[in-house]
Amino acid sequence: MTKILADTSRCVGAGQCVLTDPDAFDQDEDEGLVIVLAPEPSDEAALERARRAALICPSQALSLAE
Amino acid sequence: MTAPQLQTTRSCPFAPPPEHVQLRDLEAPTKVTMPDGQEAWAVARLEDVRALLTDPRFSSDRSRPGFPVLVKQRPKPGMFRPVLLTMDPPEHGPARRAVVGEFTVRRMEALRPRIQQIVDEHIDALLAGPAPADLVQALSLPVPSLVICEMLGVPYADHDFFQNCSTQMLRRTTPPEQRAKAADEIRSYLRDLLAQKRAHPADDLLTRQLPRYDDPEDLVGLAFLLLIAGHETTANMISLGVVTLLDHPDQLAALLAHPALTPAAVEELLRYFTIAEFATSRVAKEDVELGGALIKAGDGVVTLGNAANRDPAAFARGDEFDVERGARHHIAFGFGPHQCLGQNLARLELQIVFDTLFRRIPSLRLAAGVDDLPFKDDASIYGIYELPVTWSAP
Repeated sequence: MTKILADTSRCVGAGQCVLTDPDAFDQDEDEGLVIVLAPEPSDEAALERARRAALICPSQALSLAE
Repeated sequence: MTAPQLQTTRSCPFAPPPEHVQLRDLEAPTKVTMPDGQEAWAVARLEDVRALLTDPRFSSDRSRPGFPVLVKQRPKPGMFRPVLLTMDPPEHGPARRAVVGEFTVRRMEALRPRIQQIVDEHIDALLAGPAPADLVQALSLPVPSLVICEMLGVPYADHDFFQNCSTQMLRRTTPPEQRAKAADEIRSYLRDLLAQKRAHPADDLLTRQLPRYDDPEDLVGLAFLLLIAGHETTANMISLGVVTLLDHPDQLAALLAHPALTPAAVEELLRYFTIAEFATSRVAKEDVELGGALIKAGDGVVTLGNAANRDPAAFARGDEFDVERGARHHIAFGFGPHQCLGQNLARLELQIVFDTLFRRIPSLRLAAGVDDLPFKDDASIYGIYELPVTWSAP
């Protein structure tokens, strides 16, 4: 099962992941840091969105672990 | 051999200078000569720009001597205090985190009804006035200005003052003393405004930031950055977007038929113009190998972002405007830890403006030829100074 990993020490709160998949990602209210709502993409489409979020994350705070 | 001069104007309003494309298509980054005579590396492939902007060995500190500048005369070092834009780690992270929570996707979405109201009121006023009209003054500038003023808690009544200062500051042809004076005037205005907020706290971003800053002057710098960046860039994108969509009637028709396409169209406009490409310059703190070039410590680097956003390795048919592309891996908002703080506000404003404007004024058209429009070829952020439009009575 693929798992989404988020490194909040790298996150800069740009919110790009939330725009990519609001069901999988959120931002905390104070510092805008990433919160992974759905760490395990449930289907191929969700996995593709997770890959896209990792690609466009400006601080490269997201990664996928097989 | 002297490096070629960096071309800083777009010969075609809808494309990067051909010289930038040639630089991008070389095997490795090469040096160019900046307007002040100093040399800098030009980086123009998307992959290289992403690598540059995420590499902590490159600095954003504009006071370092090698930092590339677009003007003929370098600003005096120490003229400005560090702000978010110019900070490096470890200062940058905490400073950004102190304010980024104000710009989350959810917070921006909560502004939607108010932004819609502002856009509607300005379109009402446009329709009630004479045609042709200048869309820059009627819509492009006032909408983002009003929104950022309300967010920050800056009185909108003062917009003529700060918009005028901002235009002077961003024009590369403004004499250095005058540019410095314009910046000083805004600073002094914001200093007074923050003192008032300290005495009379309000429910706004600047008031909320007050307790986070030991030195009030540092907050003046942040307020300055947010105020200028918050209206100037979005205003330019509104004007450029209107021209481009009117110039592609088939795509505008597709957009009107399928409003769900608007976010993709906004991304495409951002990519297609990349108006703030010179905001992502850097200077190397140590020797770095980048894209096949050895960049030495102290060397400046400029990013040719518009050429990078059409890099064939990253975007198929990158020179074509296609509202359905919707690619979000562009670097129109920069990349790395400095990526635009207000990008989700900008996206929302642009989506609401394009959705509303063409729906409410289907007969909207340019009242001047595209080639006759005053594009901002002399500014460090691309855009249009005036945009005459007309329409038929509904």
